[in-house]
Amino acid sequence: MSRKWVVLGTVAAVVLAFVAGVVVFTNRSNQEVKQAAQANSEALVRPHSPVFGNPAAKVTIVEFFDPSCETCRAFYPIVKQMVNASFGQVRLVVRYAPLHHGSDTAVKILEAARQQGKYWEALERALAAQPQWAAHDRPQPQMIWDLIGDIGLDMAKARANADGPAVAQVLRQDVADMQALKVDRTPGFFVNGTPLREFGEAQLKALVEQELKKASTP
Amino acid sequence: MSEEQPVARHGNSRNAAFWTPLFLAWLLALLATAGALFLGEVMGKTPCVLCWYQRIAMFPLVLVLGMGLFASDMRSVRYALPLAGVGWGIAAYHLLVFWGVVSEGLVPCGKGSSCADADVQVAGVMPIPLLSLAAFTGILVALWVARRRART
Repeated sequence: MSRKWVVLGTVAAVVLAFVAGVVVFTNRSNQEVKQAAQANSEALVRPHSPVFGNPAAKVTIVEFFDPSCETCRAFYPIVKQMVNASFGQVRLVVRYAPLHHGSDTAVKILEAARQQGKYWEALERALAAQPQWAAHDRPQPQMIWDLIGDIGLDMAKARANADGPAVAQVLRQDVADMQALKVDRTPGFFVNGTPLREFGEAQLKALVEQELKKASTP
Repeated sequence: MSEEQPVARHGNSRNAAFWTPLFLAWLLALLATAGALFLGEVMGKTPCVLCWYQRIAMFPLVLVLGMGLFASDMRSVRYALPLAGVGWGIAAYHLLVFWGVVSEGLVPCGKGSSCADADVQVAGVMPIPLLSLAAFTGILVALWVARRRART
């Protein structure tokens, strides 16, 4: 039955080659992302970005965030909890990665709310109702206006600001930085400049722990 | 009833002449499948609609021809040929879309990745539909050779 062995051996060889390819490719792209983060460290945090937590915290989580992204929605309470439980040692900087159709409109509305100091309220309303307005085949980001109607915004002003040049500039800069940092999926996390490559809640927490330790032992 | 007739035709013939071309066809399908999975799952290129149809034709070839090889069963060629033929046709059409001969408006590529996108290339030079077409062509030729050898 040597022919059967030829078949099985070929399968084994192809599987091995595949696994080797995965290892090589993953290492190489991890390296590229790390280098991109090092070479573009100024692109991680811009002064215009929303910050949650103590502005002087030792550990900074940068999150490239898409308001239409389900995983970003799932991670929002996790990251918020991490910041709140850190006694001012961890802060979150929100950057935008509007990868979905309609996300840019959602970002503009959130930024308009930010100009009136209601950013986090608006963000939480938008995320809570995300399944309603962010269907990927038929996004209706304009619905967010109705969701945030009662959080105390001057709505006429907010609507004007959403299409204003300041918000457009924020969006342009974030998209440029997203590309420079090779963020191609959301949420894209960096902790003190180190990209989170193996995605997951536990991995993010481990990376934050590691940076906290580094920061406390000078 | 002669003993050799059905055995030689259908299986367990130890020195079946068709085995080598059948093996080559299967190897091509296996490599193409591994390659498609690598591009899609590891390199993160989202398959477009036409890519999916080609995958639907290519992936089962590994199993159908693999079973044929295991049992030295010539009949597997009969079941593999329509898959390879349909896959070849879709790959050819995809290549025409990629080169702009056929407009993409004709195919349902509204959502997801575009079938005419430059992203449908390996290492920035080799169009994936061309690789696919080459693989399906090789499989068809190998299957044809296998069938001819089995008949003589």
